[in-house]
Amino acid sequence: MWATIEASLPQLLRGAATTLVLAGASVVAGTLLGLVVALAKLSASGVARSVADVYTTVVRGVPDLLVIFVIYFGGTVTLTAVVGRYVEVNPFMAGTAALSIVFGAYAAEIFRGGIMAVPRGQVDAARALGLPPRAAFLAVTLPQAWRLALPAFGNQSLILLKQTSLVSVVGLEELMRKGVIAVGATNQPFTFYAVVGVIYLVLTGVLTLVLHAFEIRAARGYARA
Amino acid sequence: MLDTRIMLEAVPRLLGGMALTLELTLAVLLVGALLAVPIAMAHESRHRSLRLGARGYMLLFRGTPALVQVFIVYYGLGQFEAVRQSVFWFVLRDAFWCAVIALGLNSGAYTGRLLAGALAAVPRGQIDAARTIGLTEMGVLRWVQLPQALRLATPAYGNEVILTLKATSLASTITLLELMGTARVLVSDTFAPYEIFLMTGVVYLLLTFVITRAFGWIERRTRPGV
Repeated sequence: MWATIEASLPQLLRGAATTLVLAGASVVAGTLLGLVVALAKLSASGVARSVADVYTTVVRGVPDLLVIFVIYFGGTVTLTAVVGRYVEVNPFMAGTAALSIVFGAYAAEIFRGGIMAVPRGQVDAARALGLPPRAAFLAVTLPQAWRLALPAFGNQSLILLKQTSLVSVVGLEELMRKGVIAVGATNQPFTFYAVVGVIYLVLTGVLTLVLHAFEIRAARGYARA
Repeated sequence: MLDTRIMLEAVPRLLGGMALTLELTLAVLLVGALLAVPIAMAHESRHRSLRLGARGYMLLFRGTPALVQVFIVYYGLGQFEAVRQSVFWFVLRDAFWCAVIALGLNSGAYTGRLLAGALAAVPRGQIDAARTIGLTEMGVLRWVQLPQALRLATPAYGNEVILTLKATSLASTITLLELMGTARVLVSDTFAPYEIFLMTGVVYLLLTFVITRAFGWIERRTRPGV
């Protein structure tokens, strides 16, 4: 058993690397998207608010798997129609797009909560000191909102890391898919799904430690209550 | 543009899939809730071994993807001759029960975690007072901590119900034709992903909406008296 595990390990670890790149790209794109949507939710424009609300409600109300399928199969149909011959969407691109859209919806709610939780007096004080609105937001509101939003944001990142496994369903050879391939080659499903599970456990464990370090760093300057 | 005929024709089959999605959701929630109460109690227990056991279980099921858990139960357990010979095999070879077992264990870990948080949030003074008037440790838990913890956990549990509803879509990866599985079959029949997935999304959204409203109602009903 150990020999077969050892033989498959390089492939599984290559899959884990793809998982990390997929998760990383989705967190970055999703965070930017979430920030824009959070600002839209807090904006004075009724249209922007409505669009942002529809986006977060719809995406958070359907399974992530559905978002992945829409982008992958829908994208394939659209591309095929545009190009004129059968074109399949790249699973990595489709996965990154889908997970970013999902992450953005949750991140938007988290950031909105964080921004709203920054005391109004902070902004007023920054404005009274002569900071323009944009600078007040970037230098005063955002850093404090970030500290408040970090625990929930970290939690959502952990969820995203695990949800990358869903992209295996459209054929991306990340960790989960590599596990399925190893099972096909060895006919030892329990062994290899358990190994895959352990690798995920290590990844989520490391991410938890990293997030904890971030939380401590973001809280510097604040005394523990 | 969107083909409305395909969309309308998909409705009866999607509703059929929805019925299985609801059955799965209810079964998973039931298993999850039955596991969550003892797990939460163990997590808050005075006994170290019980606390460690509860933590280990939560770590295992919250630290790995639900898809891995579903695959281990459905594909993995059959690797062992002893399992295939056992009396449980008729359950473990059935995709429905495998999905319920795997997602139920998963839900038990998350629900257990939030219930443990709620148990810990019940004010210390309440527990001391209950002890003082002569309640046993189990009595304090049953009559003082648990009722309040359940109320405190209600909003988070509403969220867990929605997550469970969405997680049942994983059952489509082990051949079950619930809502998502039905949608995939319809897409390969019609080659119309946008139409089919749009209608599928509408059904999921309706279910999410109903759950959200139901929990809003429960929260209003269980608000403590003044």
